[in-house]
Amino acid sequence: MGDKKKKKREMDTRFAKFGTVSFTATTKVNDFVDFLEKGQVAGTRCKTCGTHYFPPRAHCCQCLDRAEMEWFTVEGTGRLMTYSQLMYAPIGFTDDLPYAIAVLDYGDYKVFGRIGDVPLEELEIGMELKAQANRLPNGQLNYVFNRP
Amino acid sequence: MGKVAIIGVGQSAFSRAYPGSIRELAFEAFREAMVDAGAETGDIGATVVCSAPEYDKQRSPAGVLAEYLGLTPQPTFYAETLCSSSSTGLKLAYSLVASGLHDSVMVIGFQKMSEISSAESQERMGRGADIQWESPFGTMMPAYYAMYAQGYMDSYGITSEDLALIRVKAATYGQINEKAVYRKGVELQQCLDADPVANPLKVFDCCANADGASCVIVASEAKAKAMGIAKPVWILGLGAASAPVNLAGRDLFNGLRVAQMAAAEAYQMAGISAQDVDVAEVHDCFTIAEMMAYENLGFAEPGGGKELIRSKETYKEGSIPVNVDGGLLSKGHPIGATGGSQIRTIVLQLRGEAGEMQVKDPQIGLVHNIGGVGLYGNVSILGR
Repeated sequence: MGDKKKKKREMDTRFAKFGTVSFTATTKVNDFVDFLEKGQVAGTRCKTCGTHYFPPRAHCCQCLDRAEMEWFTVEGTGRLMTYSQLMYAPIGFTDDLPYAIAVLDYGDYKVFGRIGDVPLEELEIGMELKAQANRLPNGQLNYVFNRP
Repeated sequence: MGKVAIIGVGQSAFSRAYPGSIRELAFEAFREAMVDAGAETGDIGATVVCSAPEYDKQRSPAGVLAEYLGLTPQPTFYAETLCSSSSTGLKLAYSLVASGLHDSVMVIGFQKMSEISSAESQERMGRGADIQWESPFGTMMPAYYAMYAQGYMDSYGITSEDLALIRVKAATYGQINEKAVYRKGVELQQCLDADPVANPLKVFDCCANADGASCVIVASEAKAKAMGIAKPVWILGLGAASAPVNLAGRDLFNGLRVAQMAAAEAYQMAGISAQDVDVAEVHDCFTIAEMMAYENLGFAEPGGGKELIRSKETYKEGSIPVNVDGGLLSKGHPIGATGGSQIRTIVLQLRGEAGEMQVKDPQIGLVHNIGGVGLYGNVSILGR
């Protein structure tokens, strides 16, 4: 306390690597990016109540101080609930046009993300797709939905 | 709790680029509401200022506006729920009056979106979604609503033409609303031939950004009586709800849960059902949003919205007139001002003062105002 010489703590900013453009550099679920580096998409689960969280959370709002969070990897396929193909994009994403965003239902949780290499005319609500870790041309990481 | 009335309403003209500052813009709505109520600044006990942040350079606009409007030293504060900010303001004003803390409260909604470019504005709107987990994929408001349109089309088999019919209706009334941005008629084929923005939504399925301000003055029954208000409009029911911001947390893509929940709460408080509503303003930021609103408010069964628009039941002469002021699609959508503008339209309708837009002798009116992509839902029921 009051020690002016105390070294400034290094901030863990791994999360800045998530997405074409990242808007959040620091979070308590930075390990998500390490999973992406390993080719995995991961969420968190509260061992106390069994709830799966995707996107991952550091906390469980049901269990509070009794919560015990652990990582799980998104496996298998999810059902395409809906999607849209963008013809205009926000600043920083125009080079990607046209692209589509979508929601997959994995049962215990859902995943929001981008369609990968599935041709848009083949997309059909109800089809099974698989969330896969993806490295972007600018070195950033995200995940995309592809055919299994 | 005593009854709470709306005693004055005002709105600036909505425009693509207002040639003045936010305080001057707010003044235009304020002046109209004050003249409407026959009020003096001393009649106003407090102000709730409503907008969505980041479009204006001014931080904490409440104090700045209160001073310019002559409403200091009364308390003032800021309320925000994105596009439904001024409906939230109405709920706060109601609470302040019903609790007895103040006998009159003013709700000022405003937005001056033209200070930034359209691309910047899209980027800010996108950040009204989940910036940690969604925005990194490159999201925009039209794309989120387009996901609902895709889900709705898949569930209920409507086409782009059904959505276009909603825009054609909006334009019918935009032409007779002198405060609307878009005053031209729109043909069905024009909608269908327009460029896609985010499939399946095309240019005419989307409302435009605008600059504008709205003002609603709320008072206790005793205050309204003391001021000699000839035609008070009563707040009968208020409902509000929130939903997970990330679409991964949603369970429905053919309707908005927040609207269903807010409607149920408002109907219960008012002691009425959907069939009792004579005129409605719904949040048609996109054509699909109005289609879903028909069902979420109970004007039609799930999947039945298309019949309402195809048979013109939501036109002025129909069984449930909706957005006969042109809606957001024609008026433009100055985010923080929109709810107050919708409330103003219903108040004028209930007083029989809506001019060319007037529907026949309405007793009960409803306002449906959504913030974000179904993130915040607000339903307000007003009566004579």
